[in-house]
Amino acid sequence: MLKIENVSKSFGALIAVNDVSFNLGDTGISGLIGPNGSGKTTLFHLITGFYKLDTGNIHFLDQRINGLPPHIISRKGIVRTFQQTRVLPFLSSLDNLITAAPNQLGENLLPLFFQPSKVALQETQNCEKAESILETLGLLKLKDSPAGDLSYGQQKLLEIGRVLMADPKLIILDEPTAGINPTLIRHLVTILENLRDQSIKIFLIEHNMPLVTELCDKIFVMDSGSLIFSGTPSEVQNNSRVIEAYLGRMADAADA
Amino acid sequence: MDYFYHILIICLIYSIFAQSLNLELGFTGLYNFGHIAFFGIGAYTSALLSLNGVPIPLAVVGAITLAGIAGALLAIPTLRLSGDYFGIATLVFAEMIHLIFLNERDITRGPMGLPNIPRPDWIGSGISSLPLFLAVTFFAATITFILLRRITNSPYGRSLKVIREDEFVAQALGKNTSLIKTKAIVVGSVLAGLAGVIWAHYITYISPADFTLQETILVLLCVVLGGKGTHPGPVVGAFVIIFFAEFIRFIPIPSEYVRFVAPLQGMVYGFILVIMMLKRPQGLISESRKFATTNA
Ligand SMILES: Nc1ncnc2c1ncn2[C@@H]1O[C@H](COP(=O)(O)OP(=O)(O)OP(=O)(O)O)[C@@H](O)[C@H]1O
Ligand SMILES: [Mg+2]
Repeated sequence: MLKIENVSKSFGALIAVNDVSFNLGDTGISGLIGPNGSGKTTLFHLITGFYKLDTGNIHFLDQRINGLPPHIISRKGIVRTFQQTRVLPFLSSLDNLITAAPNQLGENLLPLFFQPSKVALQETQNCEKAESILETLGLLKLKDSPAGDLSYGQQKLLEIGRVLMADPKLIILDEPTAGINPTLIRHLVTILENLRDQSIKIFLIEHNMPLVTELCDKIFVMDSGSLIFSGTPSEVQNNSRVIEAYLGRMADAADA
Repeated sequence: MDYFYHILIICLIYSIFAQSLNLELGFTGLYNFGHIAFFGIGAYTSALLSLNGVPIPLAVVGAITLAGIAGALLAIPTLRLSGDYFGIATLVFAEMIHLIFLNERDITRGPMGLPNIPRPDWIGSGISSLPLFLAVTFFAATITFILLRRITNSPYGRSLKVIREDEFVAQALGKNTSLIKTKAIVVGSVLAGLAGVIWAHYITYISPADFTLQETILVLLCVVLGGKGTHPGPVVGAFVIIFFAEFIRFIPIPSEYVRFVAPLQGMVYGFILVIMMLKRPQGLISESRKFATTNA
């Protein structure tokens, strides 16, 4: 599915991602963990084309995708959320979703004048699809509210709904549960597990260790820009290097 | 009554001009400070072509096509720039076009301008032509309104708003943001060109002094005052501003102060613009946050 080869990225003297290689293979849900500043978000920006790589290659479904602009990578099926939630605050929740529908005829100018009924039909279908996603997310009641009026947790869900609307093959989530309440987290877990059952692949960054071990089939660990370990949740939990680099520090942070 | 026709024609021309800017500024969030350039390109091209014997309908088509091409030429290099730099680039572009009008004397006659711009025979000239010219302008403004409503109440219009609110999100959702913005600028430029064409054939005399930053501020004010991102906003804004501009003409000013009036007028517009942005950024008519899905 997604193959990363010798990928590096520096900002001035800081090496944010240092010669990272791995292959997601057929894993349903993969997790990426690591301390703050270890380069996780940077790696996601590299995969989705928002940053250009310094070295290395990224392949998706046996096609090289590095060097492609973000919108092309998105159309190939890798659709992401952002660490800082980014809904479109002045658009309604429904429009936040519909806009993500792929191949909208009505996004071109000529069909608006020459195939208006086709455009309208597609819009109706997309609207129904968006409503059914909002329903699963429990946000249907809020479909006409501007997304900016939703609570933080609801905005995070809306962002995931938006990703689903895009018919993704691989979903990339940057800290999907950060700052949302336990009830919504459970809700999110159910949604993600359903997606896995529909064989949509998920790759997520997450600091909530119990959640990562519960949800992920495979975990990748980064520290200071390098990939230091990868394995199943139990392998990761029992690896001394990971515990030292990350879990220990997390525990310290949790105590503090 | 004739004077009233005259003001209505100017209002309608400005309403086309303001609506065209609204597509860029209101819907897409592109701060184009050089929009007058496209109005000027439309005016000069149609004037020059028709003065050189090209039939007026062809001159009009040529003028709005050239305005659209100029829009694409501006958009392609500058849209890579971030918001602030885009604004500056458009300002510079308008200044460049102004200098071309001023300095390419062999073509434009420089500061002397172009007099005697012809009108279609069926409209004619002089006072008696005013009602018919008003009807034609009204028709053009209505077409512009309908066209822009169709373009913006659509998935395309929604993608413009998505870009306006968060360009990164638009890209992450597979939108080719440069292409979408380029199209908005081309359509905006074509319609600004149309406004310029009508103006040139109405006034029948144009000179470089008609296409300056002052006019850009005036049209910005129409959009911002009326309500950016709405359909009636720029039209209402244009009527309010033009009537206001005509009204202050009638304030009796002692002749020795008349030379201060023009700069003062510019200051007043600038002042209103600043007040509006601070006190009522949404304008007279505010954009409904709920997006009406396609009513195509
Ligand atoms: N655009 C940038 N310019 C300069 N430095 C950057 C940039 N983006 C990230 N960095 C730096 O690169 C390093 C890795 O940052 P990154 O955001 O990838 O970490 P992270 O693992 O996602 O951390 P967190 O868990 O806090 O989100 C940090 O030191 C950060 O300051
Ligand atoms: Mg991060």
